[in-house]
Amino acid sequence: MYGGGNTFEGIKTDSLSQEDPVKLAAFEARIARGEKIEPTDWMPQLYRKQLIRMIEQHAHSEIIGALPEGTWITRAPGFKRKMALMAKVQDEVGHAQLLYSAAETLGKSREQMIDDLINGKSKYSNVFNYPTFTWADCCFISWLVDAGAIVNQLANAKGSYGPYCRALERICAEESFHLKYGHHCVIYLASGTAKQRQMFQEALNRWWPPMMHFFGPSDKISAHTEVLMRWKVKMGTNDEMRNQFLDMYVPKIWELGFTIPDPNLKKNTETGKWEYTEPDWEEFKRVINGNGPCNKERLEVRRVAEARGRWVREALKSPKAAYVTPLA
Amino acid sequence: MNNLALKELLYKMADDQLILGHRNSEWTGFGPLLEEDIAFSSMAQDKVGQSLALYTLLQTLGESDPDTIAFTRNASRFHNCILVELPNQEYDFSLIRHFLFDTAEALRFEALTNSAYEPLAQLARKIRGELRYHTLHANTWMKQLGSATEESITRLQKSLEAAFPYALGIFETSPYEAELIDQKIFAGEAALKEKWLARIESVIHQTQLQLPDWKTLTPVYGGREGKHSEHLQPLLDEMSEVFRIDPTAEW
Repeated sequence: MYGGGNTFEGIKTDSLSQEDPVKLAAFEARIARGEKIEPTDWMPQLYRKQLIRMIEQHAHSEIIGALPEGTWITRAPGFKRKMALMAKVQDEVGHAQLLYSAAETLGKSREQMIDDLINGKSKYSNVFNYPTFTWADCCFISWLVDAGAIVNQLANAKGSYGPYCRALERICAEESFHLKYGHHCVIYLASGTAKQRQMFQEALNRWWPPMMHFFGPSDKISAHTEVLMRWKVKMGTNDEMRNQFLDMYVPKIWELGFTIPDPNLKKNTETGKWEYTEPDWEEFKRVINGNGPCNKERLEVRRVAEARGRWVREALKSPKAAYVTPLA
Repeated sequence: MNNLALKELLYKMADDQLILGHRNSEWTGFGPLLEEDIAFSSMAQDKVGQSLALYTLLQTLGESDPDTIAFTRNASRFHNCILVELPNQEYDFSLIRHFLFDTAEALRFEALTNSAYEPLAQLARKIRGELRYHTLHANTWMKQLGSATEESITRLQKSLEAAFPYALGIFETSPYEAELIDQKIFAGEAALKEKWLARIESVIHQTQLQLPDWKTLTPVYGGREGKHSEHLQPLLDEMSEVFRIDPTAEW
């Protein structure tokens, strides 16, 4: 699962003037025709760099995202939930594996990417810097955070880089099961005891602001990314993705009788767009810069896991094998 | 057929699978490499699924439903061997436990495919197929890490020695041993242990590890009669934390 909104900062297109103009034109023409770019094809450095950044962040989001839900595997109530949650979180780790492989085709090794995650150089989805206090928080993630991720990923699956698109197609198929599982869990809370309903309402209250942040800063204030849109690296604006999510899921939340903690949330029937209280983007920046409730804990878990597993990875190394960068 | 003997056998096997499945699932997000996170999660899912199938058999013999059995008993009513309840510790310990336990399990369910109790024989045929992958996984890693670096060999040897007395506890006999054998429900723990030792030895011999001198070791017993280490009750408390908010609720 993944929110694409935190991926793009303002990018400098100066380096494009150093690219071969004929090759660049041919590359852009291929993308315009809807062709996929493959690892050994020519591509501008900027395209390579932005894709590595995006796929790497996506992969990190999958392994970090396994933690807030993973902590509920040992506490899931009953066999049905325990087995489903294990399988779901396992899928997320599997997505990381797929995505690191896709990013490796662009010339950065998995080890380098994980090092950059641990040393704070590369980011992951902000939403996982919040804690899961109760089982209902875990259900919120399984249903709605995964739903948000699907909105982003279905869009990105139509992008231009072949290995990433193919990974996303597989990922989306699995995520659609997660969504069903999460929805099922929430329906049981909604139709259960007063205590169960209260648990989910409280989770919804806690998770709504991070969920609105999930798609990234509003188009009014976010960086310009025209070149990335033209190259089909970024497939929709943050507000478009957010609107699509609200359109699909707000009615479902209301249908279950829960209250979304935003009195201004409503669909404008003339524009067809959702109106809402502008999320606190200062809070978003604070969290993304490392000062959220769980940033330190999440990275510490990753750092300890890497350190404890180092001897295993060392023992697997073959002296003859070395990583080969598959650059075009 | 003696139902008490049969139930005792089913309970200990179901509890073993549930508790080790739970421990395996604790590796999710913490493995030494992504592929091992995924492998331990697969084995966890198989084991918890196997325990569910065994508890479901128990239900047909008049016991309570699987959720109630699994999520509401205290440690003293669990019959798993102590080996499976020990904390995961470092990866070397988890791997050694996986190797020692799953080798025994593969042989146990192999034997049970011939059980005179047909529902169990049928289930054993299904479980045997799943366990084949568990032992394949364990043996592959034992051979790799047991012959790789000085650190990996030292770590595995240390864990092998620490785990072995507990592994011998897998074969703690039940009061109904003679009846089970007599009625051809199960071939018995002593026969299983003999086969297990041979199987373990053949893998260890392909590594630079040394098999502990098991004849001089005192097996750690007690688990089969509900006498557990201090680690089981906290595991069960965690497992039932949400379930017990309201045991009558549907989750």
